[in-house]
Amino acid sequence: MQSIQKLALVLGSLLVLSHSAMAEIKVGLVLEKSGKDDKSFNASAYQGVKRAEKELGVTTKTVEAPDNSAYESLQRAFSEKKFDIIVAVGFHQLESVRNNAARFPNQKFVLVDEDAKMPNVRSVMFEEQEGSYLVGALAALHSKAGKVGFMGGMDVPLIRRFQLGYEAGVKKINPKAEVLSNYLGVTGEAWNNPPKAKELAFDQFNRGAEVIFVAAGNSGLGVFDAAQEKNKLAIGVDSNQNWVKPGYVLTSMLKHVDEAVFDSIKLYKEGKFTTGLIRYGVQSKGVDYAMDENNAKLVTANDRKKLEALRADIITGKIKVPDYYLIQNGQKKK
Amino acid sequence: MKAITMNASMRALVKSILGAMLGLFLGLMICWFTGESPIKILKILFQSAFGSGYDFGMTLFYTAPLLLTGLAVAIPFKSGLFNIGAEGQLTMGALAASAVAVVAPNVQSPVLAIALAVVFAFVGGGIWGAIPGFLKAKRGSHEVITTIMLNFIAAGVSAYFTLYVLKDPNSAQAETLLLPSVYHLKAFECFNGAPMGPLIFWLLALVVFLYFWMWHSVWGYELKAVGENEKAAGVYGISKQKIWMSSMFLAGGVAGLVGIIEVLGNSHRFKIGFSADYGFVGIAVALVARGNILGIIPSALLFGILQKGAGSLDLETDKVTRDLSYIIQGLIILGVAAEGLWTRKRK
Repeated sequence: MQSIQKLALVLGSLLVLSHSAMAEIKVGLVLEKSGKDDKSFNASAYQGVKRAEKELGVTTKTVEAPDNSAYESLQRAFSEKKFDIIVAVGFHQLESVRNNAARFPNQKFVLVDEDAKMPNVRSVMFEEQEGSYLVGALAALHSKAGKVGFMGGMDVPLIRRFQLGYEAGVKKINPKAEVLSNYLGVTGEAWNNPPKAKELAFDQFNRGAEVIFVAAGNSGLGVFDAAQEKNKLAIGVDSNQNWVKPGYVLTSMLKHVDEAVFDSIKLYKEGKFTTGLIRYGVQSKGVDYAMDENNAKLVTANDRKKLEALRADIITGKIKVPDYYLIQNGQKKK
Repeated sequence: MKAITMNASMRALVKSILGAMLGLFLGLMICWFTGESPIKILKILFQSAFGSGYDFGMTLFYTAPLLLTGLAVAIPFKSGLFNIGAEGQLTMGALAASAVAVVAPNVQSPVLAIALAVVFAFVGGGIWGAIPGFLKAKRGSHEVITTIMLNFIAAGVSAYFTLYVLKDPNSAQAETLLLPSVYHLKAFECFNGAPMGPLIFWLLALVVFLYFWMWHSVWGYELKAVGENEKAAGVYGISKQKIWMSSMFLAGGVAGLVGIIEVLGNSHRFKIGFSADYGFVGIAVALVARGNILGIIPSALLFGILQKGAGSLDLETDKVTRDLSYIIQGLIILGVAAEGLWTRKRK
């Protein structure tokens, strides 16, 4: 009996092996300049691809663009090597994906953070304002005096979107609350300047802020440092950063790029790959606030109840979270 | 007299080539440690640079800005100034080139439109170069400090204009409005999508022109005289102030023309962060060319190949990443800078 089972197992695994060898799926990942070690956005996409490699048995290859003009030729190289899916991460790649999607109409693309509006591209976007709204509400719940801070990286519309949602969340809990805000700069250096972030965080804390939400890539580490030294709180972004300074990171506004990338590859494997715009909001938990053992003591059960109520209201549409992208477009029409 | 100078520049050329080869050789030896064959790496770099029409076009696209920034460093260097501000100058040139459509949206003739954009880019970059030239001439401020600081100011100014004045309201990105098609430069068909066209010949002509101008004009003579010995030049009635300001204006203007390559030739708009550090790599280009204006052409091509190859190294190998390309660039600079290695034997 046992030997039959073993035989079946061997045969079964052989079958699986031959099957996967026959239909080996190749995934090419093109990352932004900051690369797979940015502990945040690109790292998350890289994790998604690595997970797909492990769990779905696909072959993957990752490249990091050396400069902002390289995206097109890297995607093109993947396409010419007959990769099945090309995952392009970051809004910088919008134009290059559009050009390549037109040049290679049979190639499937996944674009994260922008809408390519092409028939062979799956565009994945996140409702950052919804997640920011929830952490904004949480920040207000933890500020007795009604003063909280926001720290953005580079001053671009995407980060303004975080800020607007955050401010709305704060005002929902405490309409009189004041939000101090700073941006770290106007060049790419802003994503990678922890010392400056730390100085600005000290300034915000000294002016009375009790919680700072930082959406600034690597620079966020400086804000966590400042929070520890001043015994105040910070909120991380993109990946779960609660572990960086346990006890001083209230939560992190998660942006599950890894899930989105993994889902896309999984759907492709199952033959259910779809193109067009896919939005990840608080409903699908594509954006979320992070809970783990590092912040379990900080966020009370009562807080969570309030946040879940807000989440439900966003999903039903009872709460309309302001979206900077829409407001921006509205200005144009006037 | 002329034979001696030719001889000296020939020697400098040979030294540069030997230095570059040494750097490349050392870089390839490093891949050996990672387990990749150096021959394979060399093949990947070659394929990536010349493998197809598209690849070659992209290599030229990376080379073209380096021709200009190489000039922007080499020219003031001859007058004794070290211009580290090419990055800021090219930013301002590109911004000015993208602003041209706002100033003159209804130009019909493509020739006029492009000429206008060239003037804008040249003057935009030129002013940014002339500021440190002026500060050096009138106040004695060190140009290394002022040009570095002006790089940051250029980043700030361009970001302000991009986000608040020329912003494309349909785009979520930090970029300006698309230029009307009359401003678009044509690319060669055989490059199969790479954004480079007849412009490359114009740029090569510019390098050759500046080479002759440096050697056969009064201004070029005065420039070199100030660079060799500013006191002696002063005795002969050459104003170092005038030379410093004009050489920095010219350098900034030439760097500003990078805006034509990017804004008119490639993305047809100004995008924050478009430059692959062209302004800084230009310093290396000028160094490897040893300040020889014509030497900038092969030197820029070498760095263009390495920039284009950086991504391909990542793509084609399992262990080597884009960083190897930067290691090779660094080793080439060291190889060329290690002048003593080649001269000691002669004495």
